[in-house]
Amino acid sequence: MEIIEIKNLVKRFPMGKGEFTALRGVDLNFGKGEFAGLIGPSGSGKTTLLNIIGSLDVPTEGSVTVLGRAIGKLNQKEAAQLRKESLGFIFQSYNLLQVHTVYENVEFPLLLLKLNVTERKKMIMDALEWVGLTDKVQSKPPQLSGGECQRVAIARAMVKRPSLVLADEPTANLDAANSHNILKMMENLNQELNTTFLFATHDEKVINYLHRKIFLLDGKVDNEEIIRNH
Amino acid sequence: MIKFLIKGLIRDKSRSRLPIIVVTIGVFLTVWMQAYITGFMGETIELNARFTHGHVKVMTRAYAEEMNQLPNDLALLEVSALREELSLLFPGMEWAERIQFGGLLDIPDESGQTRAQGPAVGMGLDLLSENTREVKRLEFERVLVRGSLPKEAGEVLISEAFSQKMLVEPGEEITFIGSSMNGSMIMHNFTVAGTLSFGVETLDRGTLIADIEDVRLALDMQDAAGEIIGFFGDGFYDDERAYDTIKAFNAGYKDDPDEYAPVMKTLSQQGSMATYVQMADIWAKYISLIFIIAMGLVLWNAGLLGGLRRYGEVGIRLAMGEEKGHIYRSMIYESIIIGIVGSVIGTALGLLLAWYMETHGINIEGMMDGASMMMPNAIRCRITPPAFYLGFIPGVLSTVIGTALSGIGIYKRQTAKLFKELEA
Ligand SMILES: Nc1ncnc2c1ncn2[C@@H]1O[C@H](COP(=O)(O)OP(=O)(O)OP(=O)(O)O)[C@@H](O)[C@H]1O
Ligand SMILES: [Mg+2]
Repeated sequence: MEIIEIKNLVKRFPMGKGEFTALRGVDLNFGKGEFAGLIGPSGSGKTTLLNIIGSLDVPTEGSVTVLGRAIGKLNQKEAAQLRKESLGFIFQSYNLLQVHTVYENVEFPLLLLKLNVTERKKMIMDALEWVGLTDKVQSKPPQLSGGECQRVAIARAMVKRPSLVLADEPTANLDAANSHNILKMMENLNQELNTTFLFATHDEKVINYLHRKIFLLDGKVDNEEIIRNH
Repeated sequence: MIKFLIKGLIRDKSRSRLPIIVVTIGVFLTVWMQAYITGFMGETIELNARFTHGHVKVMTRAYAEEMNQLPNDLALLEVSALREELSLLFPGMEWAERIQFGGLLDIPDESGQTRAQGPAVGMGLDLLSENTREVKRLEFERVLVRGSLPKEAGEVLISEAFSQKMLVEPGEEITFIGSSMNGSMIMHNFTVAGTLSFGVETLDRGTLIADIEDVRLALDMQDAAGEIIGFFGDGFYDDERAYDTIKAFNAGYKDDPDEYAPVMKTLSQQGSMATYVQMADIWAKYISLIFIIAMGLVLWNAGLLGGLRRYGEVGIRLAMGEEKGHIYRSMIYESIIIGIVGSVIGTALGLLLAWYMETHGINIEGMMDGASMMMPNAIRCRITPPAFYLGFIPGVLSTVIGTALSGIGIYKRQTAKLFKELEA
């Protein structure tokens, strides 16, 4: 079963008096458990596509269906529900809540799901174990290194065991060692939990880990490479 | 979830401490300012009331017509009976008989020849009777410079400036030259008991203060008084109450055609006090209002900025799947908490300073040199019921409105746009 179906996706942004076309007819499908990446130069539309898949933005034309739900037709509440239950986000700049502890940052998605304390505690400790941060539970982001911050962000994205994780340039602020470290971590989680990962990147290190590479150019799929099937 | 938000609120100083401080300062200033304006305006009125106008004043109709000429030939007669009537009619009020008069003061040398002479405005009031409130009302003890307060008949107080000009010392004799109630010229000797300095030029120029019985004797005014002034029990002038009082009193003499029948006037009906009372009322209201609006704008902006600054956090929470409405409401609740905490602290501090300035006052005597109007020589606040709640208008309302407006951006903006700001 496909968990993402994109048909003839066009995205235009209003710009000045006219419009700017960021995506010009994208057709793509992703199945469960994929470890895939959108690759392309700056401005090619990677983030735009990821945002639409993540229900943070809507298509101008065409259709995008994520986990059976048509992104363009969801209202604000339904989109929030989809994100809350099924999607995890990882960002270039980590975007952790600065005044909250590692534990609390990872807890936040579970609070939205209204899980009780014991359930939460178990899931949080599991997630922190995956990323090897069980000893930093009470630390706050300003006390952590960049690599540690991104690991917290991964734990936060993974803690509710979403079907799909969207990662926009997750290694852009990390050195080589840390980049490999978190990529291995995500690859493991992909294998163990069968979570679908979709990256947007132009980082060689990330690209080498991908099982499927989709090359974007000027808002269109230019080329595609499948390294290995999931 | 609520616990989570409260933790964030408390830990994030820029979200809690800073806005609370801003709200506290704003509310503090509003509350204090309101009490100060009320106090300053009120104090000037009270000062004038205590010295000359009373909260209300009873005179004969004829006297009222020419009040500023101090026409004692038109004074009230059978004052004791009138006093009783007043006490019966208005049991909560205090009444005091006064005689204002003008004349010359003559300072004789050893041989009885004139050494110095000058015009003086005199006031007769109850200085000597056992339970007189006049000495306290006019704070003679505080403004006494030399000598002592009169202890027996024939002793008077004169202003310090006048005593210096005339070179007359406490213990010396002075002669008052003026006209009696029925118009004949009189001379009367007094002994100077002490000198006073009011810090108000009009009073310090040539004032003679004598016991009213002495003045009656001197001016031949048995059981007469130019004026009976009345004060509300709580000590503060209230224009509406004053009008109710005079209406009640004057109704009793409505059908009396006698021009010597008594008539009661409010403080605001006397001389320039009308404009002042009106001005005081308007000032107190409008300055408070302007201040509330100004503080409101400041706090509104603080709320607005606080909200805008948090678009990043909003972006994260949206990405996690929190609904816009939930985020919006939580921001409003936060601002309500901040508004209330800041308003409570600010009101408490404002009331504290106002209370201090109500009981102690800040001395401004030095600044009031040469003032021709009777101005208080201490800045005092006066705490009225609005001081307890006025601060909450800018404190809570503006903070919440500011946050609410900034929060509208959460709805208006595309989720992805909020995201761009987050990534920036
Ligand atoms: N909200 C917007 N309004 C107008 N133009 C936009 C908007 N968002 C993106 N664009 C434009 O769409 C194009 C694609 O942007 P996008 O962010 O998807 O690129 P990208 O592939 O993620 O680039 P990068 O590698 O630099 O992150 C860019 O030219 C960008 O300027
Ligand atoms: Mg991008």
